[in-house]
Amino acid sequence: MPAAGDATTRLSFTDISMTFPDGTEALSRISFAVHAGEFVTVVGPSGCGKSTLLRIASGLTPQTDGEVDIDRSSIGYVFQDATLLQWRNVQRNVELLAELHGIRKAERKALAAEAIELVGLVGHEQKYPRQLSGGMRMRASLARSLVLKPKVFLFDEPFGALDEITRERLNDELLELFQLEGFAALFITHSIYEAVFLSTRVLVMSARPGQIVAEFVVPFAYPRAHDLRFDPAFAELTGRVSHALREAHV
Amino acid sequence: MSAVRTKRSFADFVGPLAVFGVFIGVWYLAAYKFVAHNFAPNGSIILVPPPHRVLESMGDQWPKIMEATWLTARTALLGLGITIVLGVWTAIVMSQARWLEKAFYPYLVALQATPILALTPLIANILGANFRSRVVVVILISIFPIVANTLFGLNSVESNQHDLMTLAGVSRWTRLVKLQFPAAMPPIFTGLEIAAGLSVIGAIVGDFFFQRGDVGLGYRIQKYYKELKPGQMFVSSFMAIMLGIVVFLTFKTLSRRVIGHWHANTFKP
Repeated sequence: MPAAGDATTRLSFTDISMTFPDGTEALSRISFAVHAGEFVTVVGPSGCGKSTLLRIASGLTPQTDGEVDIDRSSIGYVFQDATLLQWRNVQRNVELLAELHGIRKAERKALAAEAIELVGLVGHEQKYPRQLSGGMRMRASLARSLVLKPKVFLFDEPFGALDEITRERLNDELLELFQLEGFAALFITHSIYEAVFLSTRVLVMSARPGQIVAEFVVPFAYPRAHDLRFDPAFAELTGRVSHALREAHV
Repeated sequence: MSAVRTKRSFADFVGPLAVFGVFIGVWYLAAYKFVAHNFAPNGSIILVPPPHRVLESMGDQWPKIMEATWLTARTALLGLGITIVLGVWTAIVMSQARWLEKAFYPYLVALQATPILALTPLIANILGANFRSRVVVVILISIFPIVANTLFGLNSVESNQHDLMTLAGVSRWTRLVKLQFPAAMPPIFTGLEIAAGLSVIGAIVGDFFFQRGDVGLGYRIQKYYKELKPGQMFVSSFMAIMLGIVVFLTFKTLSRRVIGHWHANTFKP
């Protein structure tokens, strides 16, 4: 694995371990890095400590041991649910982070308009979260993070609660954004298909304590067409990831 | 959002009207059947006057009752205003640290359960048996639901939303203003609706104990009770009820205006 501190390194974990106060060992000696232009996905079953890894990366939860190297001033964090503020309409929700960072009104309005256009929510600016579908809420949530143009995106199973069709559509849209905006991404999911479709690399995490037990480089070039999912090479790779995952969880 | 407002239907009126009809019926039954010796041999009423006799008995008392209603409204509203400011700030302070909440909450519960009668000598001694003391009674009686609901609201923000704020590196104040306080608006309004009725009760209880200056409906009720004028006593009570309902509906309407467009429960059909 590449050494930390490389100029193109956007995020690196070195020997990260996490033991919760109740004695639960969530993560054990995790080391890997995400570089500029990379989309790295960690797959593992529920409860293996994947989300904890993101919380450590963002600084929300301090690790018990090891080093994280990341520029915390430039993180986009996308939660499992959309985490929109119910009393703000789409426009004002998308403006939120810019507002909290003290960006002036005129400027953040323009930034929000741009982000809303990127995620395809034009025409829904005045709607409130309860008037939106799950997929639209997640788009608004993405737009909110895009406003600050972060260098690293952390995705905590953002599409896990969506139906299959919406999830695939959002996967396609997310890849377009990835290419357009050029952020580095660390994505957490329990869906192997989603992992392989989105990523440049897939890491397989074992059950508690979570460890990275396998790494797969995904060779498919971007832009990735929707139908890549039905390509035999895609099926072969998801098969191998699935195998590694099952081996890690007997 | 007029699109989501439920239409006023037949059922909205039939239910309350039916209950009102039953209420009047039970009242007549009480006056003529249930209450023994309700009428003296000369026809005067002893305990429960039937509805039509109540209206007949009013005579020259209307202006006095209306004035008392206004005075009670003044006491209740001033007390409620102070209660809202005081109660919300108390909850905000308590929400800032777990130990503050733990330190204060038992005493709020105790205050809620304290018989006001036991405090009257103390209040009268400090403030005098006047308007100020009546306002204090309103505050004592109506503050608990405001503090309890505000605190519940401030503490019930989703953890992901807190994380969002933490990641943005915001101050406590920003977190309060941009996240906790708006999130707490629905329970705060529920607290206001509960406190609305309590404030009127408080003003009337205040009248019972502190009778200097311009005294309101509580004094009227007490006076008519002593003078054996149940009809006028009923009307005074009825005005107090109306006052409570008006304050309640004001908050209900305000709640729809302020949070109706985003808070789904405000529009339950």
